[in-house]
Amino acid sequence: MQVTQPTIWQEIDEVKQAVAEVLAHAKQLGASTAEASMSRTKGLSVETRHGEVETVEFNQDGGLGISLYFGQRKGSASTADLSPQALRRTVEAAADIARYTSEDPHAGLADASWLEMSPPDLDLFYPDSISTDEAIALCASSEEAAFATDKRITNSEGASFSTHQGLKVYGNSHGQLVGYPSSRHSFSCVVIGEDGDDMQRDYSFTVARQYSQLLDPKQIGREAALETVARLNARKIATQKVPVIFRADIASSLFGHLVSAISGGSIYRKSSFLVDKVGQQIMAPGITIVEQPHLKQALASSPFDGEGVKTHDLAVIEQGVLTTYLTTTYSARKLGMASTGHAGGIHNWLVSHGDEDLLQLCRSMGKGLLVTELMGQGVNTVTGDYSRGAAGFWVENGEIQFPVSEVTIAGNLKDMLMNISAVGNDVDRRGGVLTGSVLISQMQVAGS
Amino acid sequence: MTAPEQNLITASELTAADLQQTLGYLFDHQLDFADLYFQSSVHESWVLEDGLVKDGSFNIERGVGVRAISGEKTGFAYADTISAAALKQAATAARGIAAQGQSGSVKAFSKSSNSNIYLPCEPLQSLTNTDKVALLHQIEAYIRTLDNRAEQVMVSISGVYEEILVAATDGTYASDIRPLVRLNCSVLLQQGDRRERGNAGGGGRTDYSYFYELVDGTPRWQHYAREAIRQAQVNLTAIDAPAGTMPVVLGSGWPGVLLHEAVGHGLEGDFNRKGSSTFSGRIGEQVASKLCTIVDDGTLAHRRGSLNIDDEGVPSQHNVLIENGILKGYIQDKHNAMLMGVAPTGNGRRESFANLPMPRMTNTYMLAGQSDPAEIIASVKKGIYAPNFGGGQVDITSGKFVFSASEAYLIENGKITAPIKGATLIGMGPEAMQQVSMVGNDLALDAGVGVCGKQGQSVPVGVGQPTLKLDAITVGGTQH
Repeated sequence: MQVTQPTIWQEIDEVKQAVAEVLAHAKQLGASTAEASMSRTKGLSVETRHGEVETVEFNQDGGLGISLYFGQRKGSASTADLSPQALRRTVEAAADIARYTSEDPHAGLADASWLEMSPPDLDLFYPDSISTDEAIALCASSEEAAFATDKRITNSEGASFSTHQGLKVYGNSHGQLVGYPSSRHSFSCVVIGEDGDDMQRDYSFTVARQYSQLLDPKQIGREAALETVARLNARKIATQKVPVIFRADIASSLFGHLVSAISGGSIYRKSSFLVDKVGQQIMAPGITIVEQPHLKQALASSPFDGEGVKTHDLAVIEQGVLTTYLTTTYSARKLGMASTGHAGGIHNWLVSHGDEDLLQLCRSMGKGLLVTELMGQGVNTVTGDYSRGAAGFWVENGEIQFPVSEVTIAGNLKDMLMNISAVGNDVDRRGGVLTGSVLISQMQVAGS
Repeated sequence: MTAPEQNLITASELTAADLQQTLGYLFDHQLDFADLYFQSSVHESWVLEDGLVKDGSFNIERGVGVRAISGEKTGFAYADTISAAALKQAATAARGIAAQGQSGSVKAFSKSSNSNIYLPCEPLQSLTNTDKVALLHQIEAYIRTLDNRAEQVMVSISGVYEEILVAATDGTYASDIRPLVRLNCSVLLQQGDRRERGNAGGGGRTDYSYFYELVDGTPRWQHYAREAIRQAQVNLTAIDAPAGTMPVVLGSGWPGVLLHEAVGHGLEGDFNRKGSSTFSGRIGEQVASKLCTIVDDGTLAHRRGSLNIDDEGVPSQHNVLIENGILKGYIQDKHNAMLMGVAPTGNGRRESFANLPMPRMTNTYMLAGQSDPAEIIASVKKGIYAPNFGGGQVDITSGKFVFSASEAYLIENGKITAPIKGATLIGMGPEAMQQVSMVGNDLALDAGVGVCGKQGQSVPVGVGQPTLKLDAITVGGTQH
């Protein structure tokens, strides 16, 4: 694909060699089993403000993490220093810890049969090299486009471009030793608008594995400007119960809460409002969520998880019914399941949707709150209680009327998930959850 | 020679003269300022769950960050090993920010002796691993004696030993040793179908002996254990919280997260240099009620947010941010102070050598007022009392901030009545601070658990305040 391809694979081979040595060292120290992962990334981040360079950062990071076991006792250690001495010291630190931890019948590596021994190529590596000067010019053009969009844009927090490429290698004492390269490029612009005494800030961004897949920085600048001016002169609204739309870019947070609540760790700790709900209706019957870890070039694709376990397509929610918890090796054993390959998180969730766009969803809602920003951490996974700060737009007669800020939306996630009455076709593809805007039939809004 | 100088410089086969030379090399390009930040840290944590110490972890970090500043421009590069070659490579990358120009002159290093806000102890060695594990078991056993409904108990301890050394073209040559410990208890109580969690913990810049110190006759760890149980017990009987705008009484201590969000972030020098904060250009103006005097103070002994020197080598200070409601000043790092023509305030902080420093808070708190806390509660006809919070967040441009209560009660006719479920409070910084109508005489600081995140960088911080009343703020409950 690229001329750089052999280089990265050579580097992966070097790192595999280092991981193999780390595992051999663990064995020498008496570990019965061990696993280690090593990553390296390098990149460039550039930020401009008012068209002038603000920062140029050269990133170069590496890390090794090892877990080893003396029988059922576990010790872990990590280092950002990848010198041979530091690696040896790290293995010794893990071994030292494992002498003091408890025998845990559920501890240990993944079963050999769960492992991915020959990972598929998911086409995640596009190490397009962008010079510092090119990056600066892109950032400057984005800010310029933002200022040109509306004269109420008076200030800039800056435009930034970042490009990173790296590799990840995982190995364990089952003989698994696998790795793959990946890249990520992103661009964002944050501007400030003023009208009278009111000052607002908003942003837009684009992110992709491949540089050429990024949206035009000028478009990002214009979007940031439009988002910002749309918020000016926001009002508080009265305290009331109304339908709420979570716009696509923030709707992924709702599914993020679902991920926490069905993660094996929360379940075996009984720290979730979804304990014992597999096989039951937990969401509106129209909703299906499929996980597709092997989508080519997608942002949350991964051939294996953080424990070397195979990832595969999985229907997590079928017509509103929860089909599985999301487990790691440890939580799976605690729950008497096999690992679902979720050590390190989820991989591309696709939320089913209808054929309405955001404006049509507003029309379906009639009267209610369109939320475009959420603030704070007021979500309790144990009980499902939800209370967060919000900003957005008041919708009446199916049309956006005026911007709203300084309100909260509250409810319980159990009800919120059941009350999803529609998902729009305006799917946001910039993260691990690919969803459109979500209409929830009723929530408590607190305002004046 | 200080220990950081020995371990970071000498042991890496470098000398102070090499650092001078590197700074001189940076200054060959037309720059206003450059610095080198050397850091080494070890971090450990031990976690007990289900009666088992399931895992312990140990993390090593070591590296150097090189920063070059020309006007508003910053060039930055770092290396995760410390050597002459790595330093040169990072310096070459960082200085690319400025065009070749005349050479500046690097000031001779002036070494200053450190204050002793905390002592250079090594927390990881202050207790044997056997005793760390025994402590976790002891705490769990104690928690289980407090309430037999404890379904799940998690206890963790962590310790950090960090050495830093910073050398800069302005002659700065300073080092620090920064210990930090933390203990946390988390309990899940179950009664019938209902489950609720309680969390408590604390720590500071000291070693593990801190947790054994007697407070009111019992070891400090027992206080955390009792507090975690108490919070879970309160939440088991909590009813739905009200929704709407109402008077709110905030308890002393940790609810000072109000000040961190509503005021502190908005006063950081970078935002004010850029004019992007709701507090920009407002020094000398009334931005809070006259009852409010708010400071940021990195000099409090052993506090989690304290620093002998900041990450630019500037000694910590007691900075008055707001005095009797009047905005007095911003918190600054060297770069933003230079651009704004003011002095740095000892608030230049960075998560590690791999991140750029920024103006950050240390311990942010409100000074005590005159009111008896009981009198404050008695003054509210219908509202809520919130003595404990989770985290918060702020949009510094619009000034809108939130913070979420984790323990709260209704106040009815001047009396605290039923516990209510956690709810998010939302307001606008300067407006909310104008609503402060009573300030208690019971100033307290938090127990030492705060972590502040900004632009992806986390640093330990502290907060505090006396009991105070906000006449009106929006409470995000579910009952109306």
